[in-house]
Amino acid sequence: MKLIVAMIQPHKLPDVKKELFNAEIHKMTVTNVLGCGQQRGYSETYRGVMHEVNLLKKVRLEIAVNEDFVDATIKALIKGAKTGNIGDGKIFVLDILRCLRIRTGEEGEDAIG
Amino acid sequence: MLKEKIVRWGRWAPIAALMVAMFALPVYAGDAAASAKALEKLQTNLNIVWTCVAAFLVFFMQAGFAMVEAGFTRAKNSVNIIMKNLMDFSIGSLAFFLIGFGLMFGKSNGLFGTSDFLLSGTLGDGEHWNYTFLIFQTVFAGTAATIVSGAMAGRTKFKAYLVYSTFICALIYPIFGSWAWGGLLNGGGWLENLKTPFCDFAGSTVVHSIGGWLALAGAIVLGPRIGKYDKSGNSQAIPGHNINLAALGVFILWFGWFGFNPGSTTVGNGEIGRVAVTTNLAAAAGAIAAMITSWMMFKKPDVSMALNGALAGLVSITAPSYTVTPFGSIWIGLIGGILVVLSVVFIDKVLKIDDPVGAVSVHGVCGAWGTLSCGLFNAEKVLGIGETNGGLFYGGGFSQLVSQFIGVGAGFLWAFITGLILFNLIKTTIGIRVTPEEELRGLDISEHGMEAYAGFQIFTNE
Repeated sequence: MKLIVAMIQPHKLPDVKKELFNAEIHKMTVTNVLGCGQQRGYSETYRGVMHEVNLLKKVRLEIAVNEDFVDATIKALIKGAKTGNIGDGKIFVLDILRCLRIRTGEEGEDAIG
Repeated sequence: MLKEKIVRWGRWAPIAALMVAMFALPVYAGDAAASAKALEKLQTNLNIVWTCVAAFLVFFMQAGFAMVEAGFTRAKNSVNIIMKNLMDFSIGSLAFFLIGFGLMFGKSNGLFGTSDFLLSGTLGDGEHWNYTFLIFQTVFAGTAATIVSGAMAGRTKFKAYLVYSTFICALIYPIFGSWAWGGLLNGGGWLENLKTPFCDFAGSTVVHSIGGWLALAGAIVLGPRIGKYDKSGNSQAIPGHNINLAALGVFILWFGWFGFNPGSTTVGNGEIGRVAVTTNLAAAAGAIAAMITSWMMFKKPDVSMALNGALAGLVSITAPSYTVTPFGSIWIGLIGGILVVLSVVFIDKVLKIDDPVGAVSVHGVCGAWGTLSCGLFNAEKVLGIGETNGGLFYGGGFSQLVSQFIGVGAGFLWAFITGLILFNLIKTTIGIRVTPEEELRGLDISEHGMEAYAGFQIFTNE
């Protein structure tokens, strides 16, 4: 059981969702984050004072999958999120120790679905 | 002894009485003339006070437009929307004072005015009225100008919008205005000199349709926002970020409209109340009709449609507000409310033109409907303000309706064609649309280098 965490550009979210749905992956959690990597920031002015903004808006997806879905998920994520520019994002694959479904109490691979 | 004295002095009585009368009479007559003149002055001053108050109410509509447009568009473009609204009124005020006012109200050659630029030549005799008239007409011009910023929201280069603002208040709005309203001061246009004069009391066509058709031209030349239509051309929802702001804006507009319509009487008398009643009834009918229409079409009452419906009712009643009965105004607003919902869906899904706030539907389409409704519902004789009823439904025949059609058509052709020319000219010279990167990042940051919601995390997935 793996947890796939991806940081993507906010405006690529609709494309990523479409690719994931096409790969039969429908369960995910999406949050708003600020972050930076290789992408440099930009500057804003407020009443004559400049300030550098280098924490950029990103979107973070978390998808819990069973082993056999990992590659398909990663492929779908990259297909949806890639633009070729710096700032496209990153994907992390983490191990899940335990997983339970609250409603039924199922555990393990069944719980992930 | 006493009796003799009385008789002697008494002989003088008739002559004395005559002399007293001789001196008293002119004074009495003079009082009558003086008080008539004083009353006239008082009425003039009352007219000025009322017109000024109305002008200030219409000015406040600028805040209404700003809030509606900010509420119906995305948070990342809010600073840009506010700037556009601030600037189109500011630039418009100056442009109208320097050029537009003269074109609209100067001595006319039938097509446009050629005097009274910068108010020169109208000062002196009646100069107080002329200042009042200028401020009143300026805020109307500003209203027309600000309609367009809504339809062009989220993707317009700020510079391009500044250029447009100058042209609408300097040229496009005043020239059409002179055709319909020039006679209000020193001019006289061909529309008001038709056999049955074109009727547009407060500007359903002169202000709202002109703005609406210009907005249509702008939206067409600009193209839709990124992500508005998917690859197969289906319309995607881009929800407004703050319906509360939009509602505040609509209420402010409704409030300001009590200056727009009743103020156009420019006279301080009882008619103000009547025009306010027709205005309010139409707005209410429009809101309800739009809510019900959207409820039937979309299964749930849509507040954004209901808000647009109130505005549609207001725009529709603007032309007929002086000449229709309160009952007629309900019908006019009601039909406006239904029309606006159908029009928004038509423009969005069939014509595939991206209009973020529904400006074309509210102002263009309903402005045209409101103007035409004069030809159907005008009831001057019933109201006691005219000799015959102009409206078809009140036995007035078709002549008013024909004049209305002519005016509506002329307004559409003038505004839409000059709009296409102007916006295409801007497109080929300084560019009209921002780059895709700028659009995605948000115009606030790319055009103005600041955010409207600094410190907030705006959830953008587009």
